[in-house]
Amino acid sequence: METIEELLAAHPFFRGMAPPHLAAVAECGRRMQFKAGEFLCRENEEARDFYVILSGSVAVEIFSFRRGPLTTTTVEEGEVLGWLWFEEPYHWHLDARARQVTRVVALEVEALKSRCEKDHDLGYEFMKRYAHHLAVQFRITKLQLVDMYGS
Amino acid sequence: MKKASFLEVAQLRHLIEALQQRGYVVLGPTLRQGDLVYGELRTAGDLPVGWRDEEEAGHYRLVKGVDQAFFGCRVGQHSWKQFLFPAHLLLWQARRQGTDWRLEIPIASAAPYAFFGVRPCDLAALEVQDRVLARGRYFDPIYVERRQRAFIVAVNCTRSGGTCFCASLGTGPRAATGFDLALTEVLEDDRHFLLVEAGSKRGADVLGGVTHRPAKAEEAAAAERLVAGAAQNQTKVLETMGLKEFLYNNYENPHWSEVADRCLTCGNCAITCPTCFCHNYHDSLDVAGEVAQRRREWETCFTLDHSYIHGGTIRPSPQSRYRQWLTHKLATWVDQYGCLGCIGCGRCITWCPVGIDITEEVRSLQAAEVKGPK
Amino acid sequence: MAPEPEKPDFRPSGAEGLLLPRLFRVESRRREIPDTVTLTLTPAEAGTEWPFAPGQFNMLTAFGIGEVPISISGDPAEPRRLLHTIRAVGAATGTLCRLTRGDVLGVRGPFGTAWPVQEAEGHDLVIIAGGLGLAPLRPAIYRALAHRAAYGNLELVYGARTPRDILYYRELQRWRSRFDVRVHVTVDSAPETWRGRVGVVTKILAYARFDAANTTALVCGPGVMMRFTVQDLMARGVSPEHIFVSLERHMQCGLGLCGHCQLGPLFICKDGPVFSYARVKDWFEKREV
Repeated sequence: METIEELLAAHPFFRGMAPPHLAAVAECGRRMQFKAGEFLCRENEEARDFYVILSGSVAVEIFSFRRGPLTTTTVEEGEVLGWLWFEEPYHWHLDARARQVTRVVALEVEALKSRCEKDHDLGYEFMKRYAHHLAVQFRITKLQLVDMYGS
Repeated sequence: MKKASFLEVAQLRHLIEALQQRGYVVLGPTLRQGDLVYGELRTAGDLPVGWRDEEEAGHYRLVKGVDQAFFGCRVGQHSWKQFLFPAHLLLWQARRQGTDWRLEIPIASAAPYAFFGVRPCDLAALEVQDRVLARGRYFDPIYVERRQRAFIVAVNCTRSGGTCFCASLGTGPRAATGFDLALTEVLEDDRHFLLVEAGSKRGADVLGGVTHRPAKAEEAAAAERLVAGAAQNQTKVLETMGLKEFLYNNYENPHWSEVADRCLTCGNCAITCPTCFCHNYHDSLDVAGEVAQRRREWETCFTLDHSYIHGGTIRPSPQSRYRQWLTHKLATWVDQYGCLGCIGCGRCITWCPVGIDITEEVRSLQAAEVKGPK
Repeated sequence: MAPEPEKPDFRPSGAEGLLLPRLFRVESRRREIPDTVTLTLTPAEAGTEWPFAPGQFNMLTAFGIGEVPISISGDPAEPRRLLHTIRAVGAATGTLCRLTRGDVLGVRGPFGTAWPVQEAEGHDLVIIAGGLGLAPLRPAIYRALAHRAAYGNLELVYGARTPRDILYYRELQRWRSRFDVRVHVTVDSAPETWRGRVGVVTKILAYARFDAANTTALVCGPGVMMRFTVQDLMARGVSPEHIFVSLERHMQCGLGLCGHCQLGPLFICKDGPVFSYARVKDWFEKREV
């Protein structure tokens, strides 16, 4: 069975990260598995984890009373789900529901942040990847907002 | 002038008759309700004898002159394109038969036209329109048929108008080729005659039916002098060297917004321009829903509809529309047709209600060019 | 200005293919997605064929109402039937979408340039469609599937607004069920019943597998979608000469004569609608041109 460090090393988000840094991140992580229909997180819940998706499919949803849950994006194997919160209180602003059996490494955000504070090199390596992830998400979101198929 | 012949002014009406006898409808400059238009000439007297025109940017006046010149008027708002490329045309109609439709094509043969009094700039315009409408895989069959049958009597210019710039484009004031006959009217203190040159076999045939003799050297020299004077009197100049590349590089030139402050997007420039060719197809149904028709009508790129696709207009601002007209005329036209779209007649300057001058706008764009890396 | 009133006085010699519509009959009508219908047309004159190349369009006349440019969306290997997928956005398209079996309409064409399906042989072929853009690409897909062995990887990437807006849904499933094609589908937003991906088309392009140096990409969809897709393709190393887009402009004559469809010096109806991105790159970037 692969260690958490091995799982992270094989994941696209951590590509190129040096082994000592990977080891430090792995110490904050634990394996989790969700069944279809289980929520990884819910809106307004306290946010503690940053999810590294190993396999499966997660629907990120915003619930509307009129229209029910609206899937704004799906997150699949090889992607990540979550924010790094820097201001208390930490809350999720959306729902994320597993659509099938989904396996993740959940990184505890507090532990991750304190390791980054102590080791700024690790901090920079992580933030680099996180910033790129955010940039990609913003681009996708803007294109969705523009409703390019609208008549 | 090669092989020019001398023509008494009295022979002008015989020239027109000779064309009429050959079945041509003779069209030329004439006055209608105080307006200079191109219309049917029944006799030489239908020409605007003794009139001359005064033109400046946004200004056109007909003035009774002190002489009896036949061709004292330069060009008015009309151009010859209305006859070869009509402003309104029924293309076809269809008649409903149950769920079926049956196409009906209007058939009638128009008498061929003789254009009597084509200025060299307008002759150049015909050649430009040939490239647009008569070449390649997709041509306008109506234009082609009428153009082939049209007889051209050109008139060289012995006086330039206030907005002419054919000399700087090489399209005048003398007609070089493309005519069946070319006239030059020589009117000096003590004499009034015409020189005529045949440019084709059918031109020579028509000339053969009219009394004429070879021109004396001195007579030809007089005509030369007048035509050269017309070129020298032109004040407007369009510098075309490097113009296409300049315009391609200046879509963001700050001067466009300055023109936009003045341009009304009325489209007069395009309507009077002898080479503009944009048009609309318009489908309609009669009240009973039985007969469908498609018409073709002139349009200009100045309308908002022109560039409309579902969802919006590509060129909503007046700035973008003026820019489209000018860059098409002077730049993209060159890549499309291998020649400039402009032939220097000056109509767009004369008939613009606010007097926008294409030659000045080009100079202003050049002056406003922001040099350096873009 | 008082031009002479024109009387109808011409004989349009040689005009048949250019100006006069040919009569076609609706053989069948299929409702695709909301507001969108595919008409199957056969020539009113029995036995005639209408060969076309993938990417070309016809001008369709709803008699008395108007004429519109519609891409041919059928199989180029079947020239006896013309398929057109039409979205009702105005009077003419609305009328065409309401035609039923046996109704007659007019057809002029085919016009325009074609997807380089033959030139792309030997390459990986990546076909990226957004929304209704799948319709002008479908003939290219048919052609590629019929000559599958001539290509390397064949990747089809499709994005729609919502699951209800997925065009040719059953056909996408059929293509996906083949073992020699990869089909990636996404929607911009979806209700929870949707089991597929959610996220824009450029996002799922990341899943397509191709050797960028030996790839031809065909892209068709809304302008925004094409722009961003082209950027992503170039970021992955596909050269602009091998990326092809289908552009759209107000078209009336289909002949490059009425002037409406100009983009700089290019007539979309005659020099396009299919262009290599290299050719239109500079004009793409200019606003209000």
